[in-house]
Amino acid sequence: MKNLIILSLLGLVFGSALFGADNSRWIRPADVPVPKDNKITPERVKLGKYLYFDTRLSKNDSVSCATCHSPFTAWADKNDKAIGVYNRQGTRNSPTILNSAYNLRQFWDGRVKTLEQQALGPIQANVEMDMNLTVLIEKLKNIRGYVKLFKSAYGDEGITKDTLAKAIASFERSVVSKGSPFDRFIRGDKTAISKKAQEGFKLFSGKARCNLCHDKFNFTDGSFHNIALGDSDIGRYAMKKRPAWYHAFKTPTLRNIAKSSPYFHDGSVKTLVEATTICANGGRFKNDKKKSLYMIDNHISADEIELIVAFLQTLSEESLDINIPDKFPQ
Amino acid sequence: MRKFVTLFIALSFATLCMAKDVIIDQKDKTFIPTKVTVHVGDNIVFKNSDGFAHNAFSDNKNNEFDIGMQRPGEDISVKMKHVGIVEVECAIHPNMHLKIVVK
Repeated sequence: MKNLIILSLLGLVFGSALFGADNSRWIRPADVPVPKDNKITPERVKLGKYLYFDTRLSKNDSVSCATCHSPFTAWADKNDKAIGVYNRQGTRNSPTILNSAYNLRQFWDGRVKTLEQQALGPIQANVEMDMNLTVLIEKLKNIRGYVKLFKSAYGDEGITKDTLAKAIASFERSVVSKGSPFDRFIRGDKTAISKKAQEGFKLFSGKARCNLCHDKFNFTDGSFHNIALGDSDIGRYAMKKRPAWYHAFKTPTLRNIAKSSPYFHDGSVKTLVEATTICANGGRFKNDKKKSLYMIDNHISADEIELIVAFLQTLSEESLDINIPDKFPQ
Repeated sequence: MRKFVTLFIALSFATLCMAKDVIIDQKDKTFIPTKVTVHVGDNIVFKNSDGFAHNAFSDNKNNEFDIGMQRPGEDISVKMKHVGIVEVECAIHPNMHLKIVVK
């Protein structure tokens, strides 16, 4: 009995160390942020899912939201830069929509705050779905199946630009990380990730300072930085000529990062080793005078990069957990 | 007339003397406090207790400012020139919000 008490006390001590405040920051909050005027309901998520995967939302019925943000490619795609209708190429890499419900700002340059504001952008963008919203609303009103689904989800609000955006946003809010080996590890299963990955996590949160920006459960604090890639995209600076925003882009989530190559806003990096090296060691162009003050050369060795990458690989979701519609409303 | 001018100068001088410094710290990517009430002429002194840079700014008309990159340990002061509500954010960390009520 005495031994049992001692063991329990030891368990409490080590358990507290493992589950302490520092670890709770890595665990996804159960509640997904939802705006007051678009509460999540099963009907809204169901409608949003159809719309998300439906190519009829594009000008020539060839591209859906899922074309560039597919569940099979970590809710992103494998192209350097997004490819839309008529094979038109966009200017930036498709970011994942996984956990986008938690984003403080949407798009690489953070030009809008909410998923509702974001949802209509790519539908209208010339290089993405190139669809006129007035035409699209009329198109949806002529699909009896959608009329029913909108009625069920939004009642008398009808089929409008607003309800279209709200429905897609509702579905996107349902796309959240469900569990990775790292999540099991941080909840106490020490065997869930390798020793190498554990060493990598220490480097990530220590010497390499990755967690200054890739912080909390979604491995991003939503901050904006110029990581000195040397490309011509001015990023957030296009919103306003604020010096801090020159070439600045949103810190992306690292959830599923091993599955979402290529990397960065320009899709210029194919491997996680190279991406990690750039971020941990001061950017691609280390002498860029306008790079973020966060881009410090931490002199992380190739062996250490390997450990960090081993850790990053533990952030991959363990199951796909989605039923993709094979039939659409008619 | 001369009396009025003297009184005006005296009052202006008194106001200047009364202007105070109000400290806003930035720690754990949060403005501390997140809301403050000040008077016209007061200085908001931004401190940075984090181990990394911040960049406070406001786009509110009349009190628009951008203090630029603020390194750890630096103090940067901004005078509140006009009455109104001043919404302040960090250009790096969009989760940081501060509301200044200028009376």
